[in-house]
Amino acid sequence: MFNFGTWTSAINEALLSVMPEWSAVLIECVVIGVLVLLTYTVLALFYILYERKLCAWFQCRLGPMRVGKWGLLQVFADMFKILIKELISLKGTDRFLFKLAPYLVITSSVVMLACLPWGNGLQIINYNIGIFFVLAVSSVGVLGILLAGWSSNNKYTLIGAMRSGAQMISYELSLGLAILTIIVFAGTMNINELVLEQNNGWFIFRGHIPAIIAFIIYVIAATAETNRGPFDLPEAEHELIAGYHTEYSGIHFGFFYLAEYLNLFIVSGIASLMFLGGWMPLHIPGWDGFNAVMNWIPSIVWFIGKSFFISFVIIWFKWTFPRVRIDQMLAFEWKYLMPIALANLILMAVFVALGWHF
Amino acid sequence: MSDIKELISAINGNVAFIEGGECLEVQVPEKEWHSFAEHLKNDAQLSFDVLTAVVGMDWKDSLGVMYYLTSTKRGWDMLAVKVVCDDIKKPMIHTVSDLWKVALFQEREVYDFFGIIFINHPDMRRMFLRNDWVGYPLRKDYDASPEKNPVRLNDEIHEDDTVTYVEDENGKVNKVNKKVFEADDYVVNFGPVHPSTHGVMRFRTAVDGEVVKKVDVVSGYIHRGIEKLTEGLTYPQILHFTDRMDYMSAHQNRHCLCMCIEKALGLEVPRRAQVIRVMMDELMRISSHLLSFGCTAMDLGGTTAFFYGFREREQVLDIFEKTCGARMSMNYNVIGGVIADLHPDFVKDVKALIAIMPERLKEYHRLFSGNIIAKNRLVKVGMLPKEDAINYCITGPSGRGSNWSCDCRKVRPYSIYPELKFDEVLLDGCDSYARYMVRMLEIEQSCKILEQLVDNIPEGNIRALNVPKVIKLPAGHWYQQVEASRGTFGVYIESTGEKTPYRVHFQSPCFNLVGVMDLCCAGHMIADLVTIGAALDFVIPDIDR
Repeated sequence: MFNFGTWTSAINEALLSVMPEWSAVLIECVVIGVLVLLTYTVLALFYILYERKLCAWFQCRLGPMRVGKWGLLQVFADMFKILIKELISLKGTDRFLFKLAPYLVITSSVVMLACLPWGNGLQIINYNIGIFFVLAVSSVGVLGILLAGWSSNNKYTLIGAMRSGAQMISYELSLGLAILTIIVFAGTMNINELVLEQNNGWFIFRGHIPAIIAFIIYVIAATAETNRGPFDLPEAEHELIAGYHTEYSGIHFGFFYLAEYLNLFIVSGIASLMFLGGWMPLHIPGWDGFNAVMNWIPSIVWFIGKSFFISFVIIWFKWTFPRVRIDQMLAFEWKYLMPIALANLILMAVFVALGWHF
Repeated sequence: MSDIKELISAINGNVAFIEGGECLEVQVPEKEWHSFAEHLKNDAQLSFDVLTAVVGMDWKDSLGVMYYLTSTKRGWDMLAVKVVCDDIKKPMIHTVSDLWKVALFQEREVYDFFGIIFINHPDMRRMFLRNDWVGYPLRKDYDASPEKNPVRLNDEIHEDDTVTYVEDENGKVNKVNKKVFEADDYVVNFGPVHPSTHGVMRFRTAVDGEVVKKVDVVSGYIHRGIEKLTEGLTYPQILHFTDRMDYMSAHQNRHCLCMCIEKALGLEVPRRAQVIRVMMDELMRISSHLLSFGCTAMDLGGTTAFFYGFREREQVLDIFEKTCGARMSMNYNVIGGVIADLHPDFVKDVKALIAIMPERLKEYHRLFSGNIIAKNRLVKVGMLPKEDAINYCITGPSGRGSNWSCDCRKVRPYSIYPELKFDEVLLDGCDSYARYMVRMLEIEQSCKILEQLVDNIPEGNIRALNVPKVIKLPAGHWYQQVEASRGTFGVYIESTGEKTPYRVHFQSPCFNLVGVMDLCCAGHMIADLVTIGAALDFVIPDIDR
């Protein structure tokens, strides 16, 4: 399997041969930063179109068709429109917090994006507690949403923000427990090692029953974490207009909008990392010919393909189910999802201790 | 009828019977009205438990109210009660809102337009107009000059203030000021521009966290003064207003107005026109219920179901477009018949619609009605027991969801409905889900009616030949009801024999529906406010006539 690490280390050595280490690292950081932001934008644009087209097909429509072939340029037009729109500043808002909030939301999602295992050797941040770091950073986004709702000085945004706070804090528990279940199985939190562990079969196959339960719990909790239907209460447009970002305009609204789509990609990416092998191709032990064929497909395609598939499932939820109510949503988490996740964690520990896995 | 007359005379000797009306009609002195009303409602033999219509009247030399009462227990006989204010300078009538809750809103409307004060009414605010409006528009001496009521650019002040007129033991009426909300209520404003009020409606909602404590309905943002406008127009000219009230029951509403005028003129409508009218009514009902299905789903966040409902609704609208030339505001019924003959494709299109509907309804149920989230959101939400439904006069699918048999097509049949075989859909859930399901089942019944008629459209004229060129109704008044998509729609016409009506009142079902929002929503969550509204399915232009 091709290792992108050979490219990156070649570039690193070439830089070191002409300049001192500090400047080489500085240049590398800048280049990587630009690349991450570019990936972020391109992915966000793709996701907007992806969701609009999927939603249209679910609803017996065609979706955007006018701008470019099959409406492919529609998203660029939309983004350009958002960029040139006026940033309206409202009376009675807390100016500083109001402007800070979208940056908090987008920063947390950019940092998470940098943690994902894009391909063999394409890993930007590689801590030994990688997945733990991702969970920690994801919590910062809630802060941005709470601040946005509070600083707007509007009753709808405040209710939206409070719902969002309650929802994200609750569902983070199940999300964390589902991930913890896999960590118990894998025995590592390092993202790169997590992927390499799945060389002989993805965790969802190797960990069988508890891994499948954890996967289902993860997908439900991730849907709630990203504020998507049927858990889109914080911005339930039929109750709260647009929830916490009602008062935002222009690119500040755009940040919330982009972050929402990117968070969808990120939770899908983490699902593919934890359950579907990250960039690891589908390997079946013993079938060497099959494995060799699978290895021909580049690792980056595997990762993005798996992520898009999980995103498709989550988008499918949104365009099928009606919205739940706040008390039902919290009851679902605290009375069903979290106890099941806890029991599943113990089950997984038993499975690992007794070696009942592949 | 004679035994009712005897019963009524036994209650009160001062009651005067007015002869010559289409139904039993009595006049009661104002002083004795409230005690008389109590007897009418509570007397086991009379039991007039439904207050169908409250019509404010200005007879130039006196002001007063016409009350139309009916009884669910005694075959829906109509009783009209005329109450005249003693003093035209300071018109006052005792409220009956303590007996029939529907009067809470109806009497506020009368106060708004006629300035008649209802003694002991708990909340005597204007219903549609601003509280700084000068004059009472439906009075005959109203000065409509723009200087009196310029376009005001400021907010209404003292919006929270209300007043009640309390009568003490000596018969003296005292004004008591009150507040709508308590001082520490957290009031969230839903509307007038809000995605889920289905129009320009405003609910001021006191919430405690996510729980709704009280809903105050503020209406009138798109009030067009139709009742006032009709007084200056001839009968053929006023027809088109009905399509613009509940635009989802345009055919039924106009059918009602035409029937009322035909009744007054004594016109016989040709059989072909009758069949066409009923078919159009039922198509309209299907289209309305499909819209309601879509909107209920969408208010719950199920956007996809909305498009599924609209897909079939398109087909109904195409049928309308071919025959009537319009998809909305069809202007199809006219006095004595219908305006144009059916399009050659009509029978084929209707058959195609009937053929696909059962399959499509199954699809809706698979997608939405059976969904566990949808059920959790609708079942046991917005409870409206049968007694309350009758008391608030909640007719239509919403009333039948509370197991109240109130289908005008069955209880007071009109046109060719007695000949048709269909069931009145009744469910006893009393909740939002029952109301929603009644609509879905009524689509099936409407298809059944269409099935019976589509092959049996008789040949003949589409309009009575003896319709006079200049339509003048004889002096008198008439009240006609039909079953519109959302409930019983009534038209009251009073004529003095001129080309223009003296007074027209439209009794819209949605006005009553919005009256139970406070009752249904209290104690539920904000999200339920939206679903309860969606399941009651009111249309705002029908409230703001």
